Amino acid sequence: MVDHLLGIQGLSKSEIYRYLDTAHSFVEVSERDIKKVPTLRGKTIVNIFFEPSTRTLASFDIAGKRLSADTINVSIGSSSVKKGETLLDTVRTLESMKPDVLVMRHSESGAPHFAARCLSNTSVVNAGDGQHEHPTQALLDLLTMRQHFKGRGIEGLKIGYVGDVRHSRVARSSVWAHLALGNEVRLIGPKTLVPEDFARGTFGPGMVQVFDQLEPGLEGLDVVVALRMQLERQEEHFVPNLDEYSREYCISERLLSKVAPNSIVIHPGPMNRGTEITSDVADGPRSLIRQQVTNGVAVRMAVLYLLARSVQSLEEVAHG
Amino acid sequence: MAKAKPVVILGGKVIDASSDRDGEFDILIDDGKIAAIEKPGVLKSKADADHIDATGQWVMPGCVDLHVHLREPGEEWKETIQTGAEAAALGGYTSICCMPNTKPANDSPEVTRFILEKAKAAGASRVLPIGAISMERKGKQLAPYHELAKAGCVAFSDDGDPVEDAGLMRRALEWCLMLGLPLSCHEEDRNLSCGGCMNESPLSLRLGLKGFPGVAEDVMIARDIELARFTKGKVHICHVSTARGVELIRRAKNDGINITCEVAPHHLLLNECCVETYDTSYKMMPPLKGDDDIAGLLDGLKDGTIDAIASDHAPHHADSKLVEFSRATVGILGLQTSLPLLMEMAAQGVISRTRMVDLLCSGPCRSFGLDYGTLKIGRDADVIVVDPARTWTFSSDEIRSKSKNSPFIGRTLTGQALHTFVGGRHVVSEGRLVSELENAVAANSK
Repeated sequence: MVDHLLGIQGLSKSEIYRYLDTAHSFVEVSERDIKKVPTLRGKTIVNIFFEPSTRTLASFDIAGKRLSADTINVSIGSSSVKKGETLLDTVRTLESMKPDVLVMRHSESGAPHFAARCLSNTSVVNAGDGQHEHPTQALLDLLTMRQHFKGRGIEGLKIGYVGDVRHSRVARSSVWAHLALGNEVRLIGPKTLVPEDFARGTFGPGMVQVFDQLEPGLEGLDVVVALRMQLERQEEHFVPNLDEYSREYCISERLLSKVAPNSIVIHPGPMNRGTEITSDVADGPRSLIRQQVTNGVAVRMAVLYLLARSVQSLEEVAHG
Repeated sequence: MAKAKPVVILGGKVIDASSDRDGEFDILIDDGKIAAIEKPGVLKSKADADHIDATGQWVMPGCVDLHVHLREPGEEWKETIQTGAEAAALGGYTSICCMPNTKPANDSPEVTRFILEKAKAAGASRVLPIGAISMERKGKQLAPYHELAKAGCVAFSDDGDPVEDAGLMRRALEWCLMLGLPLSCHEEDRNLSCGGCMNESPLSLRLGLKGFPGVAEDVMIARDIELARFTKGKVHICHVSTARGVELIRRAKNDGINITCEVAPHHLLLNECCVETYDTSYKMMPPLKGDDDIAGLLDGLKDGTIDAIASDHAPHHADSKLVEFSRATVGILGLQTSLPLLMEMAAQGVISRTRMVDLLCSGPCRSFGLDYGTLKIGRDADVIVVDPARTWTFSSDEIRSKSKNSPFIGRTLTGQALHTFVGGRHVVSEGRLVSELENAVAANSK
């Protein structure tokens, strides 16, 4: 049996800390002049992205290379999928080349779970599946918060997600993490994008609070997470238009200094300045957005290390 | 052909909702008809007949399924009329109504006759074709209802797709009213269902799967109730899956509207939680629902609002289920599991035994105006002998269909049809197809 990282749902607090502690020790590697350790030498990592991505793909690729693994990136444009191959055949074909880890991004929720069920010797890392989970993004957000809240730690926080929670895999993964840590979670946005069902049972009955107005939702928060608002939502009738949306839900410094003066702000990117977040917040002192990207590499190094290493140690047991 | 030897079924417990019978009787089948039903002993001495000892077993009218997909013509790798009709006989169904979403669609008498010829050659259960409501099921032009009815269609449906155009639906109801035939309606407002692949609920939000809200079904049921009220046409609602849908139909019936409905066993027995692991074998249309909707369906089952159990037997090739959840085909086999699953519900006391027979036999016939599903003397001898105690595991080896898409594989079932008579023909004996048994005998004697 190999380990996978398919989601944050179901992870315990100690498992989350294990990823964060490991990531913490890798942060320093990226600050060296020679940014490479031999930890995963001889391991093969395939990054297969069925959906376009810049930062996540780059981040996984750099993470693998800094651990000395051989990495290969397969993206939708050049893959067999365009020729009509099924996901099952694609992942089985890749497995025949004996990779140790398959990092998968897919537009359909549950696709990495399906792949993991079909594979027997390859670890699967979910790099974002549809509107379901994006576990490494949740972990890097936590690492960023942990660095900020050095003294007090990341438990007992009030955290709010603002905007298109319905379509956000980042929000889902992060909410599971914060619930595991015992944090208070609020979901803030219009009813079309933050339906009541979220509070009714998505994360267990009453586990999160839902707000359809920005100001009361933000009140007293320690961490504000701004979510990307996409233009397509207008065509799908989730919002009348982006102006209407931003008038009601754009996070501004004026508002934050009034109701959550000590809060920090993060954004999983890419940002739409002026739609979900104003530039004075994004570029201001409470923004940790740039650190998030830096931490992404360390978190992905930690995930790859823990999964690829666990295979190795099992083999050592078997052959030792 | 020589006249078949009469058959006497002795000592069984006869359950027939249409004649309110539930007790020990012997039955004589002669010349394809139910010739006599007598107290035990009377028919015992009939020497010129084959005797079947049904002691400890149930004797019922053959089940009638208003909703199956046989895939022929056009998708014979999934199912054929032969394999579907045989699966039906093995599952205790003596008549099955096949939906017109074949390739080509059953919108012409040629297709209808093709189906009936294939069914006759299959020599298993009776196949009753359902014609399309609209040409090619595209919702643009009415199908030739009189011609289709003359060729043998018993109802009309665009199942798989809703009839989106209310004006076309109105005219279809008016035409079919002249024939006295029902329109069997797949109820879905596509602007609301919007490509949803599971029930819209807290769980769909968790899984990040596009939700299909129950209201997408309800608004179309409401529309068709009003159209039935307005035209006085006959509406039959396919695979009702919501509590609200049942309530709308209940009220419509109280208002005297000409409406009936069916529910599929999987909507009663499986909860939406089954899709939690993205297991595509639980992907259905309409999608599996939560506890509240299931409770509403069970209420409708108990109080008589629901007229029929229909399996929505939908064979699919394994490849089409071995994909991402949102891209997988919808549906489940049903012909060989519906009867045992309903027997399980009766054994648990969810419904009475006679209500079970009503839902599987007389109710479907009432809905479509068919002359089957009864043990009345003089009617076609569609009779099954069921062993209520037989416990067996449903495995893919037991599946007669060409496809194996059933989440019930591996489930222990109680109750199985041992004998199936279709119009007096002995099609299944001791749980096996008579045609196969005969082939085996012929092979041995060579």
